[in-house]
Amino acid sequence: MTAMTEAGTAAGLRESAPQPRAGVPARGRWDWLGAVPFLAFVIIFMLAPVSYLIIGAFQTPKGAFTLGNIADLASPNIAASYWLSIRLSLASALIGTVTGLMLAWAVVLGGLPGWVRSAVTTFSGVASNFAGVPLAFAFIATLGRIGLVTVILRKVFHINLYATGFSLFSFWGLALTYLYFQMPLMLLVITPALEGLKREWEEAAASLGASRLQYWRFVGAPVLAPSVLGCFLLLFANAFGTLATVIALTGSNFSVVPILLFQQIRGNVLYNPNLGYALAVGMIAIMIVTNTAYLVLRTRAERWQK
Amino acid sequence: MTRRFPILPTLIVLAGAAYFLVPLYAAFQFSLQMKRGELSFEAYRSVFESSTFLSTLTFSTVASAAAIFFGAVLVVPTAYWVRLKLPKLRPVVEFLSLLPLIIPPVVLVFGHIRLFGSNSILPLTMSSWGTNILLVIGYVVLSMPYMFRAVDNGMASIDIATLTEAAESLGASRLRTIIDVIFPNVRSAIVSGAFLTFSISLGEFVLASLLNRPAFGPYMVQLGQDYAYQPAALAIMSFALTWILMALMQMAATRKPGQRLFRPSRSLAASKSQ
Repeated sequence: MTAMTEAGTAAGLRESAPQPRAGVPARGRWDWLGAVPFLAFVIIFMLAPVSYLIIGAFQTPKGAFTLGNIADLASPNIAASYWLSIRLSLASALIGTVTGLMLAWAVVLGGLPGWVRSAVTTFSGVASNFAGVPLAFAFIATLGRIGLVTVILRKVFHINLYATGFSLFSFWGLALTYLYFQMPLMLLVITPALEGLKREWEEAAASLGASRLQYWRFVGAPVLAPSVLGCFLLLFANAFGTLATVIALTGSNFSVVPILLFQQIRGNVLYNPNLGYALAVGMIAIMIVTNTAYLVLRTRAERWQK
Repeated sequence: MTRRFPILPTLIVLAGAAYFLVPLYAAFQFSLQMKRGELSFEAYRSVFESSTFLSTLTFSTVASAAAIFFGAVLVVPTAYWVRLKLPKLRPVVEFLSLLPLIIPPVVLVFGHIRLFGSNSILPLTMSSWGTNILLVIGYVVLSMPYMFRAVDNGMASIDIATLTEAAESLGASRLRTIIDVIFPNVRSAIVSGAFLTFSISLGEFVLASLLNRPAFGPYMVQLGQDYAYQPAALAIMSFALTWILMALMQMAATRKPGQRLFRPSRSLAASKSQ
């Protein structure tokens, strides 16, 4: 979801904007008025609603200050939700990072014909946008109980997938489904970093007698590490906020945090509106931490991408 | 260096291709099996015949179009003005435009429902039209990072200061300058942002569902619970639509003077709408 930003900001920040010239002085004093509609919109429809939730998270239903709601996030069923969300996001981000990196390496540095790279990149642009409900439907047709792959495995290879404990509607099924938008996202955001590995470095290492393994161990991996870690966090955040795919696959039985919040908004399942606010604030906190770490790592990584 | 056949990269790409193409093929094959014992487009026919399909799709199309319109009206003048007159404010505006990326949609709509509910000074959720407006506002917020980025990059590639001075020295008013000079120059950027907005909001589920709107996303989820073959047909159609939208966006984004029409780009990914 943030790939646009990734590629976009990098370009946007580096391009030097045409420097605005000094405006007519008499008008200058009222220039700020031009930014008012945008700022008003942001304040009313973004900052105010979020602030409302944050303030509510620290209040009792009667309006007194409390830390009780935040403390209640540690209660068994809510903590279990967070833990499930975190594990699922970690698993899906980890698989997405590894597979996306391999695919990116294969098409960028693998010496394949140029059209393979264009095809994979273009497809990734589409696939990273193909999320939500339709994605769930495609996977039900593939790995559901009567999905194509399930049936082929049973009829041709005599493997009953669902007897092995696998279910599309459980943890690993969801992780596998998320991979459909995680892997392309990884490919798109890591490609600039792979392109940034300069050929001269490899040649320099080789001329100093390094093997390919040594080149990757002492040059490639350290240069790539911040980018890879940053992209991993981006994928984590991407998975953490995923809701529609889960609902379309599992109804609302699989209680990751977004699902729990969804149910809370629908029908106050926590029996405490302020605990719902705390739940939302917890989500925002996780998003802020991962995205900030991502930005910091990306800034570090950009040192090598001149 | 000797050039060997790249075995490992080939295997990786083939495995990747299998992972990506099998679900599409499976959905397609599944969608053809509605009539027992034969392959037919019955599932597609059944989807198109449903009046709910048409009404929800229409609703979501209109909501998406409205979000594109209001998003552009909000972002284009702001991006222009901030670049021209308030360069110090630009980092702030840019940061604010990126905020929706860290606010999950479910949290955003939660805040909206609470803040604009029954005892608010702006009780939007109390009427059907108010809720529609809130939905469109939600889509404007969700697509803001992409819209702002597209338009701001578009502005970066033209010399807006000179264009503005030229327009002013010919006697154009501010509004006229924006509409007749700046807007046409960033049109392709806006169109590219528009397609992204469209792909985010057309099948959007969370906001539409929690605001109880008769939109396409909730319809799809309902269909998935009630039927077996029609959802597969929807998945195929929706993949095709995503493909078309991304292609159009790409064409719009890359069509600048002196550039080729088609150019593979890595800045294609986006969407937030899982």
